[in-house]
Amino acid sequence: MPTLTIDNQEIKVPAGTRVIEAAKLLGIEIPHYCYHPALSIAGSCRMCLVEIEKFPKLAIACHTVATDGMIVHTNSDKAEHARTSMLEFLLANHPLDCPVCDQAGECKLQQYYMTVGRHNSALLDNKIKKTKARVLGPHVILDSERCILCSRCVRFTAEISKSHELGIFNRGDHSELLNYPGKALDNPYSGNVVDICPVGALTDRDFRFKVRVWYLDSKPSICHGCARGCNIRVDYLRRRFHHNDGKRIARFKPRHNPDVNGHWICDAGRYSYKQLENEDRLLTPQVDGTPGGWDSVLAGAAKAFAGHVSEFGVNSIALITSASLSNEEMFTAQELFGNGLKMEKIAWRIPPGPENKDDDLLIRADKNANSFAAEKIFTSTSRAKDVEEVLAKTEAGKIKAWIVLDADLGPAFGDERIAKAAESLRFSWYLGSYRNATSQACRFVLPSTVFTEKEGTVTNFAGRVQHFPAVVSPLGGALPLLEIFAKLAGRLELPTVETNPARVYQSLGQSFEHFAQPIYAAPTAKAAPTSKVS
Amino acid sequence: MKLVSKNFDVPDSHKLAVCEQNGGYTRIRKALEMEPQTIIDEVIAANLRGLGGAGFPAGRKWSFLPKDNPKPRYLVVNADEGEPGTCKDKYIMTNDPHLLLEGIMIASWAINSHTCFIYIRGEYVKQAKILEAAIAEAKAAGYLGDKMFGKDFPLEVVVHRGAGAYICGEETSLLNSLEGKRGWPRLKPPFPAVEGYLACPTIVNNVETISYVPWVIELGGEKFASLGSERNGGMRLYSVSGCVKKPGVYELPLGTNLKDIIFEHAGGLFEGRRLKAVIPGGSSSPVLTPDEIDLPMDFDSLAAAGSMLGSAGIIVLDDTINLVEALAVLARFYAHESCGQCTPCREGTGWMRKILDRIVAEGGRSVDPANLERIAKNIIGNSICPLGEAASLPVIGFAAKFPEEFAEYVARGETAKPSTTAVAAVI
Repeated sequence: MPTLTIDNQEIKVPAGTRVIEAAKLLGIEIPHYCYHPALSIAGSCRMCLVEIEKFPKLAIACHTVATDGMIVHTNSDKAEHARTSMLEFLLANHPLDCPVCDQAGECKLQQYYMTVGRHNSALLDNKIKKTKARVLGPHVILDSERCILCSRCVRFTAEISKSHELGIFNRGDHSELLNYPGKALDNPYSGNVVDICPVGALTDRDFRFKVRVWYLDSKPSICHGCARGCNIRVDYLRRRFHHNDGKRIARFKPRHNPDVNGHWICDAGRYSYKQLENEDRLLTPQVDGTPGGWDSVLAGAAKAFAGHVSEFGVNSIALITSASLSNEEMFTAQELFGNGLKMEKIAWRIPPGPENKDDDLLIRADKNANSFAAEKIFTSTSRAKDVEEVLAKTEAGKIKAWIVLDADLGPAFGDERIAKAAESLRFSWYLGSYRNATSQACRFVLPSTVFTEKEGTVTNFAGRVQHFPAVVSPLGGALPLLEIFAKLAGRLELPTVETNPARVYQSLGQSFEHFAQPIYAAPTAKAAPTSKVS
Repeated sequence: MKLVSKNFDVPDSHKLAVCEQNGGYTRIRKALEMEPQTIIDEVIAANLRGLGGAGFPAGRKWSFLPKDNPKPRYLVVNADEGEPGTCKDKYIMTNDPHLLLEGIMIASWAINSHTCFIYIRGEYVKQAKILEAAIAEAKAAGYLGDKMFGKDFPLEVVVHRGAGAYICGEETSLLNSLEGKRGWPRLKPPFPAVEGYLACPTIVNNVETISYVPWVIELGGEKFASLGSERNGGMRLYSVSGCVKKPGVYELPLGTNLKDIIFEHAGGLFEGRRLKAVIPGGSSSPVLTPDEIDLPMDFDSLAAAGSMLGSAGIIVLDDTINLVEALAVLARFYAHESCGQCTPCREGTGWMRKILDRIVAEGGRSVDPANLERIAKNIIGNSICPLGEAASLPVIGFAAKFPEEFAEYVARGETAKPSTTAVAAVI
């Protein structure tokens, strides 16, 4: 454990720690471009040059290993001059097209220019011309003139995605980042190169020219795209929705969590924000396809339920639930339908299709966000855990009614089979967010909010419970599922249902030890400002 | 007295039989009777410096090899002779390839390496062929291969041709290139002696350095050292080019006076010409004025004079040479050869080239000389490898020592109409 001094502050660090990381522990950010903690060290941008006593010349903080007694000055005149010079070099051939650049506002060139640059250009000659607006793949577009050749993206494709699409070509100031001939930047993680690009060279084709980043607010969240539960940042607009095709959520960005997703998210998760406000969202309650008010539809739904129960008993009803509901929603559903109404058929299991496989990095075959909790919460009372079994029993006439919680059964079982099975049902509820074959097969449709419009926790495949706040208000007439449960309980004259997720989580913790750890008290519930590149 | 160049003028000196008639392969036989450590000690005592340009003591480099590393060791001979003004290694490989091979054998024995790569610059096609032929002859004679001179010591020598990049003469770029990677310098540490070719301990030595090793064995370290000056053992090949009557490669002791090399050995200037400047150690070394050339050509003396001995490629410039144009040629070379990996060298060399090209084409601006010097100084010490420095030192040297030549261009540029590029930049 060497002890070193950085800017007159002493710190003890594990052996092998690089000076840049040691400084980070002291809260000192040494400006850098090419260094990224998850990638190999390139040492090429030379921005992190610092003065180390007894060293013959300045050393790069990203590569120099901290040793005992080392005395580092990050802000000496020499270090500052070197940093300013490196920035001047980087800007010498940079097009300075910030007004039309998507990166503006979250660009490390802009940021460091304001902190260590502030020089006037000494360049009297023309800048080098390079490739502009080159489409690298389905998600990423390149402006080579803006590129500072830090090679982060090259190292990402070599070391993380292991797809090897990018390289640096030519020499000297004609060096250029490009994709290898005939090879598109098309891998399941390609969007990450945009995040790690410290400048505007690699931008997201989806986000391009949409929103100036300074109009965006951010909240932390958890991706619901698969069982990994990647930590994300939701960037959204509070106003000026016309910038974003009238939508509030503009993009998902990965949020660093070394225990879950590191610095990355997959493209499927990244672009899953698009469906959150798409035209398939259910926005008003419906009966038999006819929109109605909450009160009338709820009244009808409750009446149908009560009539059915008195005639056929609860065991002719199946609860089919998505395994992506929050822990709180699953627990409330279990309390309400399993323990309260003593329904025995609660099904959530749908085996992942053959096209879904775990990969070596993040992607999980299980596309549900919360299968882990479903197994814990519903297993105790349910006697029909597989959706296939419920379908078969429906087709056999043994199950006469469905309560569906946000489960789209079409992709796994085929739209036709769902529609046909639903025809025989005496009544059916669909509590969910999207219009699909299942919602259309159900009589009563009660629109629920998506995860960005409600607060909750989900449990990833490894059992890690993670909190997400409501980022935006419910869209249209949709309500959080907990509130729909409460309204239904009221109509059915059942005990009151708690709608505050934090309090539901507390009860959940009392029933299931796995959820005993406090989550809501943690300060992570508040949006932490995270910079785009680390 | 001649050592490495002894057989240069012997007809067919590149052939094994001729070479052996002239003393070839006697030193390796002697060396194989010696303990490897004794050889390293002799090389240290000989003050044999790295003659590629850096001047690092060869014996000390060898002793940096880790003792407890179980990985194989490699010897890599740097034959990527690319420094402008330097052509000494070419002469060795053309005229006495077996001397180089003998040096390789002794060095391999001393450092216990069984594979040697000769990384030769792509343009040296003829030399690569000569080396291949020499290796084949040595192998047929049992000098190389499974049993070197019958000893249970296998040694393979592989000639690897570069693809024409100056940067691959820098030892870590060379190793990357040898591994099939892009010729980009590596961050140090680790140094090649610890992690070199394929992350194995590797010694990279210049052709000339290795070619002097047999002579260290023949003469003994002390005798060899005494040929040169203090801490600069033995002799070396000086490549003299430019405005002299007898340009060529001259083998002289380290510490020979630069003035004598130019005016006696290289025949002096052409009639009626006046000496303007001398680049003493390859194009990267800071230029010397005529007043500064009365000094011994060794690593320490040149460093004390603010220049460097480098590859000992002496470029003589007389009064017919326009120094700003000469500097523009150098700037173009370095901008072309900068690998582009690190910021200061990539952007700085290109920027200096643009300025110098503009000065030559349409005259300079009053800010240009100071800006050139500023750019050069901002590169120095901040780049990954020495190329940045190599590109900057000439600029600083020329600008500081010949300001009047720049002043002429500036005067011309400032009086002329502003160029379109300058106007565009102002707008």
